[in-house]
Amino acid sequence: MNLPTLVRIEDVSKRFVMHKDKSIKERLVNFNTSKRHRDDFWALRDINFDISLGSTVGLVGHNGSGKSTLLKVIGGILQPTTGTVSRRGRLAALLELGAGFHQDLTGRENVYLNAAILGLSRSETDKVFDEIVEFSGIESFIDTQVKFYSSGMYVRLAFAVAVHVDPDLLLVDEVLAVGDEPFQRKCMDKIAQFQSEGRTIVLVSHSADQVGNLCDRVMVLHGGLVQHDGDPAEGIRILRDGYETDRKAAPHFPENGPYRFESVVAETHLTEGGVDVEVHVRVEIRDPQPDWGIGLSIDTPLGATLYAITTFDMDVQLPNTRGVHDVTFTFPNVSAGAGKYIFNFGLGNKSGKNWDQAPAVASFDMPPTSIGHGILRLEPRAVAH
Amino acid sequence: MSKMEADAHKRAATIAEQPLELIGQSSGFIQGTKKSLVEIWDQRELLGLLVRREVKARYKNSSLGIVWSLFRPLIQLLIYYFAIGQILGAARNVPDFAIFVFIGLTVWGLFSEIVSGATTSMLANAGLVKKVYLPREIFPLSAVGGALFNFLVQFVVLLIAIAVVASFPTDARLLLAPVAVLTLIIFSTAIGLVLSAVNVYLRDTEHLVEIALVVLFWASPVVYSYTFVNQALHGNWLEQLYLLNPVTIVMIAMQKALWEAGSSATGRLEQVWPPDLELRLVIMLLVSVALIWLAQRLYSRLQGDFAQEL
Repeated sequence: MNLPTLVRIEDVSKRFVMHKDKSIKERLVNFNTSKRHRDDFWALRDINFDISLGSTVGLVGHNGSGKSTLLKVIGGILQPTTGTVSRRGRLAALLELGAGFHQDLTGRENVYLNAAILGLSRSETDKVFDEIVEFSGIESFIDTQVKFYSSGMYVRLAFAVAVHVDPDLLLVDEVLAVGDEPFQRKCMDKIAQFQSEGRTIVLVSHSADQVGNLCDRVMVLHGGLVQHDGDPAEGIRILRDGYETDRKAAPHFPENGPYRFESVVAETHLTEGGVDVEVHVRVEIRDPQPDWGIGLSIDTPLGATLYAITTFDMDVQLPNTRGVHDVTFTFPNVSAGAGKYIFNFGLGNKSGKNWDQAPAVASFDMPPTSIGHGILRLEPRAVAH
Repeated sequence: MSKMEADAHKRAATIAEQPLELIGQSSGFIQGTKKSLVEIWDQRELLGLLVRREVKARYKNSSLGIVWSLFRPLIQLLIYYFAIGQILGAARNVPDFAIFVFIGLTVWGLFSEIVSGATTSMLANAGLVKKVYLPREIFPLSAVGGALFNFLVQFVVLLIAIAVVASFPTDARLLLAPVAVLTLIIFSTAIGLVLSAVNVYLRDTEHLVEIALVVLFWASPVVYSYTFVNQALHGNWLEQLYLLNPVTIVMIAMQKALWEAGSSATGRLEQVWPPDLELRLVIMLLVSVALIWLAQRLYSRLQGDFAQEL
């Protein structure tokens, strides 16, 4: 089926002018020099894209890359300096939960108010009111003023309203990490339901894990430009590379630290009935300290950590003399599903001081599984009784 | 095909029928006005809720509730009645001085509350402005609604007071009242719209407005009657300037409409009215309508950057 376009962004740029003087006095005093008292800053530059119905788009990027600005431009909250945004269908924005809540009103009154802000009429709200209350799980407090709510209750009610307004397009800005675990589960289920109902979701997130799980399209922004648009795994890799470049550009680990990674190499061995992974780590010790250890984690390309451990938890005696030493980690019979996995390494001591880090330093590929697919390598059997 | 898939197909079909619409307010003069009006009209239900929120939240935790909104004008009435009426002696030349002052205070209360409420409305709703797109005019408009509610309560009290201690004019003069109130609402909403937008960029505005309101209070015939002005200035250019103030014209019209003693008193208490008061009022109404249109156009120019300036 050919899905219609829901949002069209054409040549959108956004400039922020930052005035250093806000008061009339300063403006009058600096009238002639006012050009000098403003800073221009392009938050977005020549952005072009379409979002079609039913897709879930993740906007990722570093702090200040323009992703939240872009989300606000799509939502119509900010007007682009140049270019146009066109849109159709109903929009609901989860930019800040409970933005329209009034402290002195009861939960019930706030539900109606917030629903109206999100574009629902009174009769439409009446229809979904019970569902909203049930979803939020705060039935007994619905007639209490919201200022007496706990922060968890507050966001739950706000989220409940937002997901019940029947949006075609849902904008989400880092608000999914709210509430307790069962409620987060509920939120994720709701998002999944939205996806299967053919709604469009645009979300801004710092969690590569979340983006990887939810999105079928990822846009990486950098300095107001779109760096990547498309495949999520590739997008997350580019984002990680970007972090990595930033990290190297600002080395907070001195080159002459007491311990340093020389190299990390991973290899897989196919054995009968399983896959063994070996990692050879070469560490240079320049200035032996009372204790040291190696920490490692295995991530999926989408950023979910599968496993993490440090040598302090392992039965190993590491050498602690000046010079270069080799350590080999062996992971016999790794039962992870097919695909690429990534090693992150770190060097430090027991009290948590870090001397060197090597994120995404090595990777290994797991061969296709014989049956089934997923993140685990299992060989289930089914027997009928 | 599952139900969800069917829903998805239906959604796609519905969406495909709708045209892609440009987001943001257009700054075209005629076209833009129409679009803005339609947008605001579409949000009337929300506007009603916001007004209710404004009124409700104000008195939510007080046991006397709405009575408080009457206290301030009544206390003001008492102060002006004794201090200016009896001690300074204004009441000696103004018949039914209490009624006269209360009419002025009610009109003035509406004007000042709309202007000051609207001015701060964008800042008060900054959380919403920054997070959700709505036609932003509804925030100053909800301040107008809140002020209107207070006005209505006061106005009812005023009518009761007139019925008890004085009498109503019985001729066409009464018709001046609705026209005057309408003029005042439109005029002060226009001022409020502009000030609310300007206040986003220059926060000094709300303090300036506070001071300007104090000055304007004494520049309007609230506690002294127009007759005093006429006696002092004898209709010179300064008096003509005085009469160019829409609030003054509205106030005098309200006094003529509801203050029977002002028209019937003779001798020392006899009052004069500005020439062509009715015509002036109608002109002010037309000017106000033009002003509110210009104000809305200016507002829609300025509102594009609200979210980043707040």
